Amino acid sequence: MTDRVPILKIGDVLLVSIQIDLEDQMVMDLQEDLSQRIVDTGAHGVVIDISALEIVDSFVGRMLATIAAISRVLGAETVVVGMRPAVAMTLVELGLSLGGVRTALNLEQGIGELRRSRDEGPVRR
Amino acid sequence: MTSGVEPVEESTAEESPIVGNGDVVRARQTVRTLAQQARLSLVDQTKLVTAASELARNTLTYGGGGTMRVSIVTRGSRTGVKVTFRDDGPGIPDLDLALTDGWSSGRGMGLGLSGARRLADEFELVSAPGKGTQVVVVKWAR
Repeated sequence: MTDRVPILKIGDVLLVSIQIDLEDQMVMDLQEDLSQRIVDTGAHGVVIDISALEIVDSFVGRMLATIAAISRVLGAETVVVGMRPAVAMTLVELGLSLGGVRTALNLEQGIGELRRSRDEGPVRR
Repeated sequence: MTSGVEPVEESTAEESPIVGNGDVVRARQTVRTLAQQARLSLVDQTKLVTAASELARNTLTYGGGGTMRVSIVTRGSRTGVKVTFRDDGPGIPDLDLALTDGWSSGRGMGLGLSGARRLADEFELVSAPGKGTQVVVVKWAR
């Protein structure tokens, strides 16, 4: 239960790469850890890589939406990258469309998105 | 609340307890393994595992823990996977309400039961106050 998802810092972006099947407690811990890291580092962007996740259920889906909302309040934009096609199809059928969450196909595009929105000036918060 | 879960032949049944957070993760893995054995497509595997994840969490959160039984089933020439969740918790007083999108008695988003029903090919919910809850989902290989 003490496993935590690592949060890496690259420039002013925090990178979270979820590599294992998450227990609910790890999801809750990640939310806390990430909020703290945004404040500590003054990061402007968060990229969450879920390419290794075989499923995203409503609990994890809600976590992604909550993290995006918290980050925005703390001055950072979140982009979720790498969702597998089968996961996307399942998520929508489940009833979660992740409306408030920005997504990109892969890490490169995600970081590109963040860079673009930074260059375009402050986003609406 | 039944949508045609008829008796089918079962094989390779696995039963496991759902009493802690780690069991939800293990439940997903067990269902994934049998879904692969039953040759479900990747999308159907993902749908079934996701449905099982929702239901396992319900069993834990609302039922106070219970069991999951997974088996490979056949009907005629079709093969599928059947997953049964059972708990002896407080039960559900209003099944129709519990199956409504967005309705939740707890901390969730209210997508667990209704979402699992959409993701499965067959869905059966049996519950009454004080009698616990049993949910059966079946996904067939196409």
